[in-house]
Amino acid sequence: MGSRTARTSALLGSTFLAAVTFSGSLLAEELRLITWGGYAPDDVVAQFEEETGIDVKVTLSNNEDMISKLRATGGAGFDLAQPSQDRIIGVQRQFNIYKPIDFTRVNTDQLQPSMVKATQDSTELDGKFYGVPSVWGTSGLIVHSSVADTVTDYTDLCDPAVAGKVSYRLKRPTLIGFAFAMGMDPFEAYNDRDEYESILAKVEDKLIDCKSNVKTYWTGGDQLLALLRTGEVTAAMAWDAGGWKLNAENPDIRFVAPDSGALGWIDTFAIPRRSENEEAAYKWINFVMQPEIAARITNASGNFTASKGADEFVRAELRDAYRASFNDQAINNIKWYPPVPPGLETVEGQVLDRVQAAN
Amino acid sequence: MNASAGRLSLWLLLTPFLLWIVLLVLVPHLQMLRVSFQVRESWDTLAWGLEQYQNFFTESYYWRTFVRTGVMSLFTTFLTLLIAFPIAWYIARLARGRAKGLLFLACLVPFWASELVRTYGWMILLRESGLFSSWLQALGWADGPVEMLYNDVAVIIGLVYNGLLFMVVPLVTTLDGMDENLVEAGYDLGGNHLTVLREVVVPWAMPGIVSGCIVVFMLTLGSYLTPILMGGKDSAWFTEQIFTQFITRFNWEQGAALGVLLLVLSSLIVWLGLKLSGQSLRKVMG
Repeated sequence: MGSRTARTSALLGSTFLAAVTFSGSLLAEELRLITWGGYAPDDVVAQFEEETGIDVKVTLSNNEDMISKLRATGGAGFDLAQPSQDRIIGVQRQFNIYKPIDFTRVNTDQLQPSMVKATQDSTELDGKFYGVPSVWGTSGLIVHSSVADTVTDYTDLCDPAVAGKVSYRLKRPTLIGFAFAMGMDPFEAYNDRDEYESILAKVEDKLIDCKSNVKTYWTGGDQLLALLRTGEVTAAMAWDAGGWKLNAENPDIRFVAPDSGALGWIDTFAIPRRSENEEAAYKWINFVMQPEIAARITNASGNFTASKGADEFVRAELRDAYRASFNDQAINNIKWYPPVPPGLETVEGQVLDRVQAAN
Repeated sequence: MNASAGRLSLWLLLTPFLLWIVLLVLVPHLQMLRVSFQVRESWDTLAWGLEQYQNFFTESYYWRTFVRTGVMSLFTTFLTLLIAFPIAWYIARLARGRAKGLLFLACLVPFWASELVRTYGWMILLRESGLFSSWLQALGWADGPVEMLYNDVAVIIGLVYNGLLFMVVPLVTTLDGMDENLVEAGYDLGGNHLTVLREVVVPWAMPGIVSGCIVVFMLTLGSYLTPILMGGKDSAWFTEQIFTQFITRFNWEQGAALGVLLLVLSSLIVWLGLKLSGQSLRKVMG
């Protein structure tokens, strides 16, 4: 790995030398943030720039893309990233792209202690923590009221009653969700390769059986929303925020937590190993986790944050939609993603390939 | 100007091109070739081997996707040729003056928007709640909404549309230079439309046909957006495989091997096409 990183960086170095020198010497202080859509709303960025004088450059991304970009540069190019908490440790062990979080520089008083604890637990490597919780949410089902009685769990997406009106992604959450709905516990088997493979084998058969029911495998959030909005799809496995957004437009479409439990994720703040402005990164973390600011992120992205006391600043209809989807029991039933061990994605990838190839 | 100054200016003029070729084409490809032969044994050691290439042939999914992509690309190319030829013929031989320019412009205009926009345009037309579906219902030809998106036909429509310009331009250029007398002589010697087309027009236009086909074929084979957005749940495309390996699976080694295979196999197909049509690359591109 060492020689390879060196060679890659030499290569990239020659290409980006000019750019780096320029940004270092000519421009004002800068924070390069790689994050999800909605996590850095324009007005929040503007306020931060005004208060601190730091220029914020936002790059929109997703988990895989974030990891790939940071991997390509050995953790350079960005000063702050927001990967999901379960995708940090395995990646860190393989590619060494993050540096540990200095919790003395994070204002943990304004964060919910339980989430800080949970994130620390799942992002710990060699006694150091790599993530600060920021935004959390779940995946579950978005259903139209006409089929709400039929579709109450992931496996109900295979019900003949909704044939041709179903969409989900060919990605790992689908595998996990189906495994839970089939009465198995994939998280329990994360570290037992054979057990996990036998679970995936059953899920694979189920997904191949189910294929005829699927209209199309969705690949992007906007695509899915369009499918649901037009009624071309009436039941889908998707994120809660998307469901609430649609619910605001059309009360017949709702996000429901499946019987076997919604899948919970926490997106974090993580600092790339070769971050050039750590100071600004911590400033940003402490800035956006203030309750009023965090509430604005919730209003923009539809997802709730780890900020303590932010809920009261959140738009009322969003809070109502959230309560309609989650009663206490559904909240307790949320299955939180544990850290993904290295190599798991390869096994899952082969299953997903076979599902796509099957007729 | 003395000889050394002449050589210096030649090098200066060549520099942007050389930098482009070496930095953006040659070096990344060599890097990819190297990565494709690496085998990841554990998380921090690397060994060399052919494992990734073996995977391509043993995991039927990979090579079947490749064959599918290749066959569909060939079909798309053929279809594009069939559609583009009459258009090019009209523009080159029949249209005069202003009309000629306007028609050419009409072919060009769609390409002012990006591939993404064009693809979304087709999606709006073809989707179940889309324009064509509602027209069919309004005309009473369909009882309910008709889904025309998310299948291979939709993909081919999108790809043909994207390739059309690149077929029309070389065809117009070659057909433009054809002497009218050749066609007339063909008829005078007793040929009908078909024989004149086969014996006179097509042989004359062959360099244009072949160069158009090569460009369209390579574009189609390497396209990513159209197959992804318009394809259905079975419509795997080879470029999608490469993207998935690199980005979703973090398996650069496999992705690189698939990338190299795409380059080699597509070059092979083009070479075969040139041999079969009796053309040489120099004649076609010159």
